[in-house]
Formats: sequence, structure tokens, C-alpha cells
Amino acid sequence: MTIFDFEKPITELENAIEELRRLAAEKGIDRSREIAELESQRERLLRQIFAHLKPWDKVLLARHPKRPYAMDYIRLMCEQFLELHGDRLGFDDPAMVAGLARLGAYRLVVVGQQKGRDLKERQKRNFGMAKPEGYRKAMRMFQLAEKFRLPVLTLVDTPAADPGVESESRGISEAIARSMLTLFDLTVPTVSVIIGEGGSGGAIALAATNRVLMLEHAIYSVIPPEGCAAILWRDANRAPQAAEALRLTAEDALQMGLIDMIIPEPLGAAHRDPQTTALSIRTAVLQQLDELSAMEPDTLREQRYQRFRHIGVYQLTR
Amino acid sequence: MNAEQWVQCAKCKKILFRNDFERALKVCSHCGHHHRLRARERIALTADPDTFVETDTDLVADNPLDFPDYPDKLAKGWQTTGEQEAILTGKAQIGGVPVVLGVMDFAFMGGSMGSVVGEKVTRCFERAVDERLPVVMFCASGGARMQEGLISLMQMAKTTAAVSRHHRAHLPYLAVFTDPTMAGVLASFASLADVILAEPGALVGFAGQRVAAQASVGKTPPNFQTAEFQYEHGMIDLIVPRRQVRPTLVYLLEMFQS
Ligand SMILES: [Zn+2]
Repeated sequence: MTIFDFEKPITELENAIEELRRLAAEKGIDRSREIAELESQRERLLRQIFAHLKPWDKVLLARHPKRPYAMDYIRLMCEQFLELHGDRLGFDDPAMVAGLARLGAYRLVVVGQQKGRDLKERQKRNFGMAKPEGYRKAMRMFQLAEKFRLPVLTLVDTPAADPGVESESRGISEAIARSMLTLFDLTVPTVSVIIGEGGSGGAIALAATNRVLMLEHAIYSVIPPEGCAAILWRDANRAPQAAEALRLTAEDALQMGLIDMIIPEPLGAAHRDPQTTALSIRTAVLQQLDELSAMEPDTLREQRYQRFRHIGVYQLTR
Repeated sequence: MNAEQWVQCAKCKKILFRNDFERALKVCSHCGHHHRLRARERIALTADPDTFVETDTDLVADNPLDFPDYPDKLAKGWQTTGEQEAILTGKAQIGGVPVVLGVMDFAFMGGSMGSVVGEKVTRCFERAVDERLPVVMFCASGGARMQEGLISLMQMAKTTAAVSRHHRAHLPYLAVFTDPTMAGVLASFASLADVILAEPGALVGFAGQRVAAQASVGKTPPNFQTAEFQYEHGMIDLIVPRRQVRPTLVYLLEMFQS
């Protein structure tokens, strides 16, 4: 398990608290005052550290090995979920999960990129890098949603779409493009949430939606900071600097008008309290669905078109 | 050697007489290598004479992220190409058929798609819907323009949305992949054409060769990410030598005429 530098002092305190609790339980001594003191220290430290996160810290948080993944949120926020499989073209991509869920009063289609927790699962899920079959499974689900007039929720968490030979030979670019095209054709409400890494084409393929929300410590970028640094300065080690230049945080995206809302994470980020994070996502998504459900089918498609139509910054000569 | 009179093939390195080279549309007479064309050269080869009317010439890139060195890159692009951006758009006739024509120019910042390219591509499809015209797109791009960050990524969605409207209007969209057609452009409007043509040997792919090789533990086939590779895998309708591109477009436009 990796611990990042800025998290180290917190983890040390957490270990100390844990140790005190264990001792107290073992020896039956009341250590609650010391524990309370350490806990308030921990909270002070967390506040201090999380008040000054740099973009690169956000990159590390978004990739944190303990960060909740799509299936974690689906389990925590939905009343029911039935996973469905396959692209009907010969494949089922474990890096893309999809299914039918109950969320509050809604029945909906949920699609998300899924990373693995341990080494074996990480490999099985291809580190959250979906192949063409993943996007084609997603498209199948989008079409299912249109047919049965169900809203769509996508959970975006991918470093990138899979760039390998296999994916290239099955048309990864076409799959990404057509996934967006399919989303733009829908006349049902669509909401996406960037929950971790919003990695370039692999992410936008699921995020051409009526509403785009982002978790507070998620990132959304046209290129990984390492790749950007390699191009800019021929030095991948300058990724932290590239992360600043790319403006890839949720705050940046909101400020530029590219996302609609930031969903706050609990103090210390989502992995310190997945339950509360899931509840915040649920509340935000339900609020968006309530708004969107009041719109006519054609209006939904038009709103989605206009949402993206006006993105772009340029000057006019003359 | 007089550089005015002779050129060297970028691939086989043979020396070619410039007049022959130009007459062969910059295709090497020895190895068949299709050298890159500038956007205006392409328009001259494609549109009926004197029919191209350029549109949206007033859009110029900004630096919304204050990205390091972006203004210098743009200035270099303006200077070396004499063009304002990485795409020229307009209306033209091809074989007498009125079309909206977009031609990307790799010489301008690698044909990268930022706000201006995204906006001009989007306007192509919107104009085509309004006037009920086909769209012909010549693609040449390394992908999204990193210097505009997430705004560039959003151009993938924006141009795709524009294509979706054009599709729903039952209008023809033809794309020609020229060297290179990559990443964010390939993974958005380029791949969504009704018919896709490509020039021989053009680089066509999703990720950079190095990234792809890393991901596949070095096992990349020799023709990986070429037009021929994509054709073998069903991603391209036809590989068309340069001289045949225009007649093929004319045929397709006639086929799809309503
Ligand atoms: Zn040659």
C-alpha cells in the first residue's frame, strides 16, 4: 500500500490512535482522553494539509490505491443493482461495468469504468483502461436506456482508454467516437460523475452527458501530466509542474465552465469515508435527475448539444 | 545540386525532379510515398476550380490556460505556414456537387485540435445541416491540442455532437484520412463519417507508437497504425492513391445525392 508524502503525518497519527485503542481494550484502561486529543490533532492536521493541496496532490489522490471505485459507489449508493455483461460482438470488458440500478425513485442504467483493488484484479480490470468492447458494451446499455426511457448515470474513472495493439485492431478510436455519438442521440436524462481519473478520450467517451459532475479530488485532463511533461520538457519527472499547467482539478474545470458541479469529499478525501462520499454522490445525482426529468425528450437532446456547443475560447480578428 | 529543381523522397531518399514530383501530386515515383500536402494544395486538388469560398477566417486561438510557450508555438505556426489555424473550412463544389469542405493542415502545430479547430469543424456540420449539404473532411492531426487542456478534450464531444445532427438530417459525410490522423481527432468526428477513405501509408491510430508499444510489451506488427493496418481491421472503407481521391469522392457524392 502506497502512502503519499503529504499523507504520512496523518497516517502516523492514525496508527498511534489505533495502537492506543488496542492497548486500552487489552488492558482495560481508559485512554479516551488521550485518544480524543490525538483525534483532534488528526483533524487539525487533515484540515491543514487539505487546505493546501497542489494539483499534483490531487493527481495522487485521484489515483490513490484506496480510493473507492465505481462498483464501491454503486453498492453504497444504489438500493439495487444487477450487472449486465457483453458487447454482443464477441467480448465482455471487465474494465467497464454496466447494469440496471434502483436509485431512490429512479430505475436507471449505470455504466462505469472499474479498476481492480489487488494485483490480480488490477490486471483483470486492465487498470481501468477499457478496450473497444468496453465502450461497445456501454453503447449497448445507452441504447437500452433509450428504448426503455431510463436515465443514464456514468461513473468515470480511467487513466486512459487502452492503447495496446489489440484495442487498436478492434477500433478503439471509433468506439470512443461512437460512444459519444450515441450519448448525443439519446432523449433520456444523462448524468456523468468523474469519480477518480478523468483520462482524456477514455473519459469523455462516457461524459458527453446533460450534466457533468466531479468529485472534489478527482482530476480531468486531456493528457496525463507525465505525458505532458515528457512532451514539454522531455522529462516525465516534471509531471507535478505539468499538472499545474494543465488545470486538471475539479475547481479548474468548474471555473472554466466545463463541469456543472463539484461534489465535496469528506475531510481527508473519499477513501477515508467511502460511505459519506457515496451519499454525497447519490444526493447530487438525484438532484440532477429531478431537474432533468422535468424536461421533454427533445429538450434533453438540445440541452446536451448546447452544453458542449459553447465550449471553446478564441478571439475574433477584424 | 540545385535545391530549386530537385527534391528528396522523405521515405526512400531517392532524388526526384521537382517538376515530376509536383506533377505526381507529391507522390514518390519510386516508392509511392505520399508526402504531406498543405491544406491549400489539397483544396486545389479536390475542389472544382475557383469554387472554394473560405469561411470562418476570423477565428484566432487564445491562451485560456496561460499555458507555457503556447503563444510562441502559435506565432511559429502563423509564421511558418501563413495560415491562422490547423484547418481551412469553406464551401466548394466537387464534381459539380456543392459541399462543405474542411481540410486540416498538419504544418500548423501538428494539426492539433483546440478551440478554433473544434469550432470550425462544428460550424462545418451546422452549416451543412442548414443548407442541406454533404460534408467532406480531410483529416491530418496529431490529436487534441494539449496547450488548451480540458477545453481541447471538450472539442471531441462538441464536434461529435455536430456530426450527430448532420447524421440525423440524413446528409452524407465523407472523410479522408491523410498522414497522420491520430488520437483526439480520430477518436471523434473523423471516425464517424459514412464512408472513410485513406491515403496509402498514412499513419492512423489512437495512441502514440511508443505508448502503444509499451502497452503491448513491444509486440507491434510492422504495419501497425498505418492506413493499411486499419483497412485490414475494418476501420477504413478504401485506401485510395492521391490521384484517385477526387474521382472517388465525386462517385460517392453522386451515390448519396438525394
Ligand atoms: Zn520514395
